[in-house]
Amino acid sequence: MSDVTSKDNKQSWFYSDIVKNHFFHPRNFIEDGEIDERRFNSIGKVGSPACGDELRVWMKVDPQSERILEFRWRTFGCGSAIASTSMASVVVTENGGMTLDEARKLKPQDIIDRLGGLPQRKIHCSVLCDKALRDAINDYYRRTEQFDKIIAEASRVIDSIAKVTDHDIETAVLEGAQTLEQVQQKTKVGIGNPSCLPAVEELIRFYKEKYFG
Amino acid sequence: MGRKVYLDHAATTPLDPRVIEVMLPYLTEKYGNPSSFHTLGKQAKDDISESRSQIAEVLNVRSDEILFTSGGTESDNLAILGFARANQTNGKHLITTKIEHHAVLEAMIQLEKKEGFEVTYLKPDRDGLVSASQIADALRPDTIFVSVMYANNEIGTVQPIREIGNLVQKYRQEQKHTWPVFHTDACQASSFLDLDVERLHVDLLTLNGSKMYGPKGIGLLYVRRGIKLQPLQFGGSQERGLRSGTENVAGIIGMAKALTLAQRDKVNESKRLVQLRDKLINGILKSIPKTRLNGHPTTRLPNNGNISFMDIEGEALVLYLDAAGVFVSTGSACTSASLEPSHVILALGMPYEVAHGSIRFTLGHETTEKDIDYVLETLPPLVEKLRSISPVRVDEKYFA
Repeated sequence: MSDVTSKDNKQSWFYSDIVKNHFFHPRNFIEDGEIDERRFNSIGKVGSPACGDELRVWMKVDPQSERILEFRWRTFGCGSAIASTSMASVVVTENGGMTLDEARKLKPQDIIDRLGGLPQRKIHCSVLCDKALRDAINDYYRRTEQFDKIIAEASRVIDSIAKVTDHDIETAVLEGAQTLEQVQQKTKVGIGNPSCLPAVEELIRFYKEKYFG
Repeated sequence: MGRKVYLDHAATTPLDPRVIEVMLPYLTEKYGNPSSFHTLGKQAKDDISESRSQIAEVLNVRSDEILFTSGGTESDNLAILGFARANQTNGKHLITTKIEHHAVLEAMIQLEKKEGFEVTYLKPDRDGLVSASQIADALRPDTIFVSVMYANNEIGTVQPIREIGNLVQKYRQEQKHTWPVFHTDACQASSFLDLDVERLHVDLLTLNGSKMYGPKGIGLLYVRRGIKLQPLQFGGSQERGLRSGTENVAGIIGMAKALTLAQRDKVNESKRLVQLRDKLINGILKSIPKTRLNGHPTTRLPNNGNISFMDIEGEALVLYLDAAGVFVSTGSACTSASLEPSHVILALGMPYEVAHGSIRFTLGHETTEKDIDYVLETLPPLVEKLRSISPVRVDEKYFA
């Protein structure tokens, strides 16, 4: 578990105190009775339980200012997924709320910094939350018929050394690669950069489920 | 923090004070190297020889059939890699199960991917049991090795080792071959089950110290006389040249004591733990909706309860329980860099979300009824809280 210990190795816990705080006291998650379609004007969803993570978000955006007034969520995920989503919900709604433009500029690293860091192999958990936020922003623009503002997800670089994107992995799976090794034969992803392998395996599973059930 | 309840005995057990007591002299004044040609060395040599005899008596084997290693992983590796490499002229097919410990699976994968062997991985039934007839169907003339764990480390299911051993032995006689040989990893079984090798009909058997209130960093491999192994480690020819390296004297002394105690007390301790285990399992299944027992309800280790909590992710629950002073573990989710959920639960035919929500509770010597009461009281609100923040609703067919 060495890579799951805190960065400074001073804490015996695997997560920082801020992560712990958000994990044990998650902010802004949505209760059963609160899921009211009329109250929220955009919804985002990412992941699947097969990947070990699923995240749904509900946003209430002020139509005049396009600021995020409410950001509510639910996640099936580990400690980092819960903490980073909770932190993101605070970040986008504090000080009167971010505008959708500002929220779009938010990066997973910003959330990780506010959390006081995450263990290396848990970084992908915070990316999930970023994606759900982007999905919800697009959903708002779709509902308000501002189609020019919808940004289709550009391909995301998974392995910055081999310059392999999620789209490359999707293509490899569609071409019949079933395992990490087969995807590596097609893309060279993660060879010499094993830190991205958890994310790659997750994507392989995600695309396999998406296209082949 | 208030109460601390350690329910992770399948990961490791604390040292029994009686074991510490016999080990201490070897960490202090009796520090000789058994290979040394003087009094201190001879004393160490004689004492590990005595420990070897004690262990041989428990296993009902001869002393020279016991090899000391650094633990369960090395014993499994030596059995599999050592046997396959030394006997590959007889065939290159091996049989094992999908629910073995990684120490077995990864050694098999090594042979399969790098050394031209073929491996059949048998799928257990929904309760996690494999049968002797599955082995019979998988046997081929070029099968040289069969490995089935005695009891599973995650779900506690106890395999029919005696029947499988019997079958392999008969098959060998019919074929007039000296192969296949039968190996079992008995690490989880040592405190509860019969380890008489003659009755079990096994040819190789793995044990380690750290699951039976003995020390970590020590293990053994029983190797039936006449079986050839290729060593994995070379040097000063200790352990008949099969496992070079200065013997872990204190470890050996401690493991012999621990094994003797564990096997002596196994019947009473099993009886006590089965009651506590069933109280825990039934209590959880009754008080928390949408839960499922993984593994066979009765053909399982007396100390093991493995439960899937639907709709939540295991790691989150482990950390919530940790904060409440209850130490448990998820299957193997955190042990693998791939973040894969438990390969054992998946092999039972469960989907990813059920595997992700599995928690292993393993009881031990110091577990009391009060501990179980505390867990049963602590658990429901934590599960409820995590469920309230989860968007997932697992299909009823997996827990109803």
